[in-house]
Amino acid sequence: MMPLWSTLVSGLPFEWAQYAFMQNALLAVLLVTPLLALLGCLVINHQMAFLSEAIGHSTLTGLALGVLLGLREPLAAVIGFAALLGILVVLLRRHSAVSSDTAIALMMACTVSLGVVLLSRGGGFARYSRYLIGDILTISPAEIASLAALLALVLAVWLRWFNPLFFVHLNRTLAASRGLGVKRMEASFTVIVAVVVAVAMPWVGLLVINAMLILPAAAARNLAGNTRQYTLLAVTLGMASGLLGLLTSYYGNTATGATIALWASGFFALSMLLRRR
Amino acid sequence: MYLDFYGLKEPPFNVTPDPHFLYFSRNHQEAYDLILYGIRHRKGFIELTGEVGSGKTTLLRAITGDLPHTGALRFLQHDNRESSKPLRIGYVPQKVEIDATSPTTVLDLFAAALARWPVWLGPRAAARGRTREALALVGAEPLMHRKLAEISIGQLQRVFLALALVPVPELLLLDEPVAGVDRAGTRLFYQTVSRMRTEFDLSILLVSHDLTAAAAVADRMILLNRTILCDGRPREVLLNPLIRDTFGFGFTPEELPPQRGPAIPFAHHGRRSAGAGEATP
Repeated sequence: MMPLWSTLVSGLPFEWAQYAFMQNALLAVLLVTPLLALLGCLVINHQMAFLSEAIGHSTLTGLALGVLLGLREPLAAVIGFAALLGILVVLLRRHSAVSSDTAIALMMACTVSLGVVLLSRGGGFARYSRYLIGDILTISPAEIASLAALLALVLAVWLRWFNPLFFVHLNRTLAASRGLGVKRMEASFTVIVAVVVAVAMPWVGLLVINAMLILPAAAARNLAGNTRQYTLLAVTLGMASGLLGLLTSYYGNTATGATIALWASGFFALSMLLRRR
Repeated sequence: MYLDFYGLKEPPFNVTPDPHFLYFSRNHQEAYDLILYGIRHRKGFIELTGEVGSGKTTLLRAITGDLPHTGALRFLQHDNRESSKPLRIGYVPQKVEIDATSPTTVLDLFAAALARWPVWLGPRAAARGRTREALALVGAEPLMHRKLAEISIGQLQRVFLALALVPVPELLLLDEPVAGVDRAGTRLFYQTVSRMRTEFDLSILLVSHDLTAAAAVADRMILLNRTILCDGRPREVLLNPLIRDTFGFGFTPEELPPQRGPAIPFAHHGRRSAGAGEATP
């Protein structure tokens, strides 16, 4: 696959298209942006924008724990911790008097500081800064393959279980009365978000990952007349921001993740102006 | 200081009950059994009413299976044996909060509930057809492509009623369905419910604190205050002095719609039955 892709891209009449790192980054961007945008649509429907932000930040603690445990690939620890935190917040939301945004803010503060404290022992935090701002230009073909697999997985889930996942957010009792496992759906969705955020985080950067999750869907919401338009517009806007962000960051020599997020913000602002009614 | 004295962890008297103090008491169980009785024998359209905190929601949650309780909800078959299948419930929720920016349309809502084909790829012809049919039942086809966030609460509740009718349920559960709906919308809603009832031979359980709105269409009204206070035909219940005791206001016979249908013989001992003419056997 990869040789085919590089031949294809290097055929483009641009300087950047000749570099292997840019060919890889381009493919990675075209995989990760639709993935995040697809998820973002339901994240906003479920009013979980803040929760996904917290999950993104918690990946830092997962990373720290992975490093402490001496894992060579801390990704498993990152995913596990993010999923655990997601479920914890769902439970807290359901069973405690603490309002859910307070609960999430508390968790976010704890996990971020714990992660920074653990990782900065001995003054070595700089080495991990790539997790904060993302580093898509160093992605390897094997890592691209894992992104592709994740996108395929999410697409499969979206084909089979989108309707129940979509329906539960409307009204829990209504969903339960139609025989849907509300708790199971909520928990599974949170775990999916946690896994995707954890896998994408090193490439996008945890400071901006929520922007790429939320902004395309939020912009699409301003323009769409139904759920199909909403989803397809969000994916298109996400991919457009990814492409434009990658290229402008190349020419402007800026951090790619943040540049993509800026483009997405630009599209959101535009959608506010074009908004119907 | 009574917290210390009685060894309580928090003040015992709050305006809103803490959900973990909600439990199913003996009286709830009794009321529940009684309502089950009514539903099992297909006693038509029952309105369950009572003050805030009288246990309406607790009963409703027991019926939808949210709260543990004894006694399963099943219909009696013609041979007088209980059917083995659990009851198919159509549920119309209280006012659902719809985010103002939500792009979800009425069609999206139906397609997500009725079909497996993912809504984000656009509902298919079969789902469209079933949606159109269901909406036609309540006279809401023009709303099919409108967003849920754009239509009025009255229209939204009729849409949820249409959704509750596919597939046709055995018991239709209405949970304060017209809260926030204007007068005309309320009348239209209950007229539609009444029409659906005759069309599909439904048992209906309406939970509402609005005493008179459904009185014209309901067969039976149950006044709840942790246990069943009063049970009978709506007109008789509304004229009962217990109404004044419970709500602080009463009705005169002229204010109320005329009684519809024959009296319901209703067998239950030891409870005050409304209407002197309706002696329990």
